[in-house]
Formats: sequence, structure tokens, C-alpha cells
Amino acid sequence: MIGFAARRLLQAMIVMLVVALLAFTMFRFVGDPINQMVGIETSLEEREALRERLGLNDPIPVQFLRFITQAAQFDFGTSYQFRQPVSELFAKRIPATLELSFASALFALVVGIPMGIYAGLNRESAISKLFLSVSLIGISLPTFFIGILLIFLFSVTLQWLPSFGRGEVVQVGSWWTTGFLTLSGLKALILPSITLGLYQMTLIMRLIRAEMLEVIRTDYIKFARARGLPDRLVNFRHALKNTLVPVITITGLQLGAIIAFATITETVFQWPGMGLMFLQAVQNVDIPIMSAYLLLTAFLFVAINFIVDILYFFIDPRLRVGRP
Amino acid sequence: MNVLDIKDLKVEFPGRKSVFVAVNGVDMSVEAGKILGVVGESGAGKSTVGNAVIGLLQEPGHIAGGEIYLHGKRIDQLPYKQKRLLRGRKIGMIFQDPLTSLDPLQTVESQLVETIRTHLPLSAKAARQRAVELIDSVGIPNADERIRQYPHQFSGGMRQRVVIALALCAEPELVIADEPTTALDVSIQAQILELMKKLCAERNVAMLVITHDMGVIADITDHVAVMYHGDLVEYGETTQVLGAPVHPYTQSLISAVPRPDIRVDRFPVVNYIEKAGTPQKQIDISTHWLGKSRDYGKVSGPLVKIRDLDMAFETRGSIFPSRRKYFQAVKKVSFDIEEGETFGLVGESGSGKSTIARLITGLYEPTGGSILFGTTELTSLKNRRDVLAMRRQMQMIFQDPYSSLNARMRVRDIIAEPIKFHRLASSNAEVRQIVDDLLDHVGLGAAAGKKYPHEFSGGQRQRISIARALATRPRFLICDEPTSALDVSIQAQILNLLKDLQEELGLTMLFISHDLAVIRQMCNRIGVMRHGELCEVADCDALFETPQHAYTRELLSLMPSLELLSRANLQTVDHPEA
Repeated sequence: MIGFAARRLLQAMIVMLVVALLAFTMFRFVGDPINQMVGIETSLEEREALRERLGLNDPIPVQFLRFITQAAQFDFGTSYQFRQPVSELFAKRIPATLELSFASALFALVVGIPMGIYAGLNRESAISKLFLSVSLIGISLPTFFIGILLIFLFSVTLQWLPSFGRGEVVQVGSWWTTGFLTLSGLKALILPSITLGLYQMTLIMRLIRAEMLEVIRTDYIKFARARGLPDRLVNFRHALKNTLVPVITITGLQLGAIIAFATITETVFQWPGMGLMFLQAVQNVDIPIMSAYLLLTAFLFVAINFIVDILYFFIDPRLRVGRP
Repeated sequence: MNVLDIKDLKVEFPGRKSVFVAVNGVDMSVEAGKILGVVGESGAGKSTVGNAVIGLLQEPGHIAGGEIYLHGKRIDQLPYKQKRLLRGRKIGMIFQDPLTSLDPLQTVESQLVETIRTHLPLSAKAARQRAVELIDSVGIPNADERIRQYPHQFSGGMRQRVVIALALCAEPELVIADEPTTALDVSIQAQILELMKKLCAERNVAMLVITHDMGVIADITDHVAVMYHGDLVEYGETTQVLGAPVHPYTQSLISAVPRPDIRVDRFPVVNYIEKAGTPQKQIDISTHWLGKSRDYGKVSGPLVKIRDLDMAFETRGSIFPSRRKYFQAVKKVSFDIEEGETFGLVGESGSGKSTIARLITGLYEPTGGSILFGTTELTSLKNRRDVLAMRRQMQMIFQDPYSSLNARMRVRDIIAEPIKFHRLASSNAEVRQIVDDLLDHVGLGAAAGKKYPHEFSGGQRQRISIARALATRPRFLICDEPTSALDVSIQAQILNLLKDLQEELGLTMLFISHDLAVIRQMCNRIGVMRHGELCEVADCDALFETPQHAYTRELLSLMPSLELLSRANLQTVDHPEA
């Protein structure tokens, strides 16, 4: 297991290096960084001095090495538009995105898994068919449309829930702000997390259903029934556990996707997270923020995948013992 | 008093257009301590009987008529909940494939304990104690230790013992075993059958053994019920039914079982289930395409000469050669195959016999040794054209006729593919003609070419595979368990076909099988393999009569005795409609 983890870690590092190279290329070669920083009236000498000071005249490998070293210490340079260190900007935004992602992942799992189990066990029932039709809508409607629909229904017409923002937030520790502790914060979370999690929910539901149908047909489930085990044990201890390996894979990947691609939802709900900041950065060609966002997203994906791989060991005993 | 009584049982599977009657009015009963065998070929409805008794018929199948009694109490009409309580507690079941019958994610202990505690009011500790005793009683050594392991840590035979322990763990009165040894090697099969016999007698349980294997029936059952297409065609004491079968189907079934004791020229042709299909058009091999350019040039000495053949598979990769681990599948194997003979390779699973076939055909590259085909050293062929020329001369017939044919191609195209690939015919019209002739020759008829593989039965598909193998005009044919997926009557037809073809075309054959009786009927010389090593090579009769190696003797002693089977009136029985 340690060897396996070490190998995966090595692969993860290679992936991160490649992404860092991309981010660096974008930072260094998409437009001239100096032009982005200074005004029109800056003289050529001043520009050259700035270039020298920022190390932009050093050989490329040296610059790349410096970029990596700084990135490893969360130093991504200064934002062109805000004139603030990028890392500080992200620190302010990360809690909002992570809380939203967490809430929507929770929603997707808590609703999707039981629905999937039910639809897998009672494939002919009317409710299962209803689940499937509804889930088709969840998969085929674009996120922004669902968001606008929800806002129209619950914020404009019924006026139950806020249509934008995080509500009141509470400062926890030195840099984390949470909306979980106030009523308005929780209320503000509901619509965006449903919007963001709907697609994942339908995906998980359909996946669990398909896996359940597959597992139910296996010999060991038949044998468990032939031993007279109650349905509860057969369905949950034997069938459900065996469906989990692929479900964990997909859930892990989807969690990464939720965090990285919350952009649209954050825009629709004016959620003050990383996605919204990224979009603004794109509009203003704020390269440091963009390259930092790229790195951060890649890091999240790699980290989640790594955790998923390790989780397999706890679920499937066949992987635990070394092969002969 | 009988433990199980089945009276006029009828099981139906409603389909879209019509109702399929899987079991049609069957009566049978089992006493405590006795074993009843239900025998028949695929589609006979024998498994459906077992599933109906335990109440696990696959939807939409249902009992359409008749009664099932357990100890005089009617059970077929019980509500679901009460039926569930019977399962495991009163009726235990053993399945065919031990590799898939156990939940891979639960330890053996947790599966046993949950079953015991479902049925018996025991504490967790007492249940565990009982589980250990059970595991011990089914002959798994070191029970206390091994019970904590997961199913994948047990071998196939050991897993089947665990399955038996699970079936017995609440002291059921009736055990249904559905093909309990079909997936196992002969030596393991003998042990498992022995164990079942012993447990049946010791615990005084009634046993219903469902199988297609006459050997198993002859070995352990007291009574036997022969089923054919849902009907019970013959029922009685095993010695009676096997020794003096009355119904023509039973007679034909018994006559189709390959004889291990003497070699007969041809298998008795059994036409009861599927028409054997004789060549519809006689082809004169001497003038036909199939027989042309067959003179590959005479070789002095054997056609295939294998010397010190080695094959190792890497089981753990590493960048350091010293840390790599290998599994030695074939160890220093040497033998010759003479031109025109059939050489048999026999052994249990994992003995390396299929690996040798793949090494000869070039599907694997050997790690050592040499394979001489005629005058060509196969292991040193580099040139693609030479490799293709060699491959054309040798063809393979695989075990599973369901997965060895491309389901998306028409039969005609499947057979034409090798002819076109090797450019053996000058025009498309000629290819078409050859394919039609081949289909005729293997007994399918040219009209079969328009169909897709799924429209054929297993035996017919194996005929397609044979036609495809012949399509390159091969000199050397490798048959890797060609009939082990087939019913016994179909097996007889296919083996006869192979014998005929060999005679007509002068083919050299390597015939791989785990079934000693089949090997005896098919081969001139036989090699016995075990753990990748060749134990013994001998002429067919010599091997069976005076085996030299200890392992050969062991294998021979494990063959189910078929002395009970009547060989007196081996008559040919024709299909009723034919």
C-alpha cells in the first residue's frame, strides 16, 4: 500500500509540474506582463528597470524554477486589477466556494444515493420511472437556466429565499468566513447548492441504479437470498457495498468538478467565490489570477483523485493484499 | 417419510408473444439421507425445478401448477416472508461457481455469522464458535485462522467448501446443489462429491443434485430423474436408470458419454436433441480448393518439435529486475507431434496446457526454448511475411463458442475473412463458393452464411469456428477444450466432425482437454501436464492401461466411474421429428 501511495504521489507531482508549466507559459507569454502593469506614460527606461527587477530578463528555466518555488509557497504574484497579492485574494474567496461545493456535494449524495438505491431495487415501480424522468431534466437543462428558474420561483415569486450573495457570514479563525452559522447564510446557500448539485445528484442516482441492477444479478446476491437473509441485509450490506467502488470514483471526480466549475452558478447567484473572481479576471485579462486559478484547480483534482485511490483500499479487501 | 415431494410441478415463463413452459408436470421426491440427481442437457428445466423449490424463480417465471411439500407441509403457496424463513433454515442451496457465489467484500466469518444469526437465536460469540466448527467440518484446515479471511484468499475448491458450510449452517433438512462441481477440476470435484456424500449421511439431510454430468450422477446419487425439455422422461433408482434405460432419450444421453475404458472409432451418433447435420453436398477433397496445395512438403521427423519451452508471466513489475516476480506457467516442456496424428494435452486448470497452445500459435512469446514447425524455428521468425505464412498453416479452435465469433459479422464474412486476408482465392465469387462449401462440409448448409452467430446454438457455433479454422487450409489444428462448453450429445457430434476432417485432410492436431475420457477417444498420443511441467508422454492405450507417473495414476483414479452406465445397447437414436 505504501508503494502504491508513493507511486500515485509521484504521478500527481508530474501532473502538477505540467500544469505549472502551462500556467507559467500563460503568465509569461500571453501578452507582455510589463505592459499590463504600467500605464501608457511610463518611459522605456522605467519599463526596462521594472523588467530587470521582476527578473523577466533571466533565462526561461530560471524564471520557471522561480515560478514554481514561489507557487509552492502560495506566492502567485500581484493581481493586475486589484494591485493586491493573488494569494490574499484567493484566501478571501476560497471559503465561499468550498462551502458552496460542500453543500451541493452533500445535497447530491444525500438525495442521489437513496434515490439510486430505490430505483435499482424497484426498477419497475412508478416512482423509479418518475425519478428517471426527473433526472433526465437534471442532466439536460443547463446550470444557469436552472439557477434562473429557481430564483424566479423562490426569490421573485414566493420571496422565500435570497437571490444573491452569501448572507451574513461569521469570521472563524484568522481567514475563514462561514455562512453555516447564521440563518441568512444558510438560506442563501440553498438555491445555489441545489443548482450546482442537481447534475451531480442525477449522475450519482443513475450510476447507483445501474450498478445496483448489475450487482443484484450476481451469484453472491442470489446465494445471499438462498440463505434466507433478510432483504435489508442483502440490499445494504451485500449489494450496496459492492456498488460503491465506481460510485466513489465518480463522486470524487465530480467533487473536483463542483469546486472547479462553480463559475456559472457563482455568476448567476453573485456568489463571492473563486469562480466569480476568475470570470472577472478573464474579462480584465488578469493573468496572475488566471494562472493561479489553473494551478489551484489542478491541485484540487489531483488531491481528490489521490484520496479516492487510497479509499479503494478500505473498501475492497482484494486490493489490500499484495499480489502473489 | 419423504423430505421433499414435488407433485405435477409446472413452471411457466410468460414471454411477449407466448408462454414458455420450463417445467411441465414433474413428480419427484427425496428421502432424508438420500441423494436425488436431476440430469439433463441445457434447457431441460432442471435448474428451474431447484429454483422453484427454494422459491427463487427468476421473474417473470412462476409456478403455474402442481404442489411442493416439505415434510408433508405444502410450501409453494406460502407468502414471501415465510418462504424466506424456509430458505437457509429448512432448505439450503449450493451454487455452481464458487468464485462468484461469495460476497467479495465480506470475510467468510461475517457471511457465516450473519446467516447463522438470521436463523438461530445465538449470541455473536456462539455464532462464531459454530461458524468455526462448520468450517472445520467441511474440511478446511486451520479453521479458526482462515475464517477471518476474505473469499479471494481461498482457492476454488476451498471456496466451494465455504459455500457448502454456508448452505448447511442452520441445519437445513434439504440441500439443493445446482451443478456443484462443474466449475472445479477433477481432483477437487472428487473431494467435494465425497464431502457432500459424507455430510448427507452424517446429518441425515436430503439432497437434490442438479447436474449435466453422468459421472456425478453415477458417483453419488441414489435416485435419478432424467429431464428433457421440461418433461420428466425417466425416474428411478440410479442403478436401474443408468444400467437399463428405458426411454430413448436416456439411452441416447448415456451412449453419448465418452467412454474412458476403451477406445471406440466413432462416437455413437445421437440425434435426439439437435440434428447432427451431415454434409449436404459431398466434396471431393482431391479436386476441391480445400484439398489443393496441401502438399506442404514432407518433413522428415515430427511436424512440431518443442524443446525446453519456458514461459514466465510477470506478476509484479518493478524497474529493478531483481524485484520483479514471475509466475512460471510452462517449465522446460519438450515433446514432438508427428504429422497426421492427434496429440493430446491433459491436465487440471493452471497446468499450462492452454499456454502451450498460445505459445505455438505465437499469441505469447516464450521466455525460453524452441518450437520447430517443419523446418522453421518459430521463435526466431522476425519477418512479418514469414510469420503470416506460418500462421496460415496453423489454426485454433477455442473453448467458448459464444465469445470466439464476432457477433456483428455475418457467418459468411466470418469464414471469408481469413481467405481474403491470406489471399487464398482469386475472386470474390470463388471466395463465396468456398465459404458455401465449407459450411456444407461442417454440416450447417450454405444457407447458414446469411445469418449472424447469435442465431445458432453452441454446437452450431463450434461448427462455424471449425469452418473458419479450415478456411486457411491449415496443416496443423489446435483445439483448446473445443467441447467443454457443450452438452454431451453435441460434444459427440463435434468430436466426430473433427475426426472426419482429420482423416479427410490429413490434419495434424493438438487436442487440449481436462476430460480424460474425451482425450482417450480423440488422441493417438497424450501428454499429462501439471504445474507447468510435462509429467508423462505416452501412447493413448499405454497411458490408460499402464500409467507410469504417479500424477497420471492419480488423475486416472479420480475419473468418475461409469461402470453403472449401460453400454449394452448402444443404438443410434434419431430425433423424433427427423
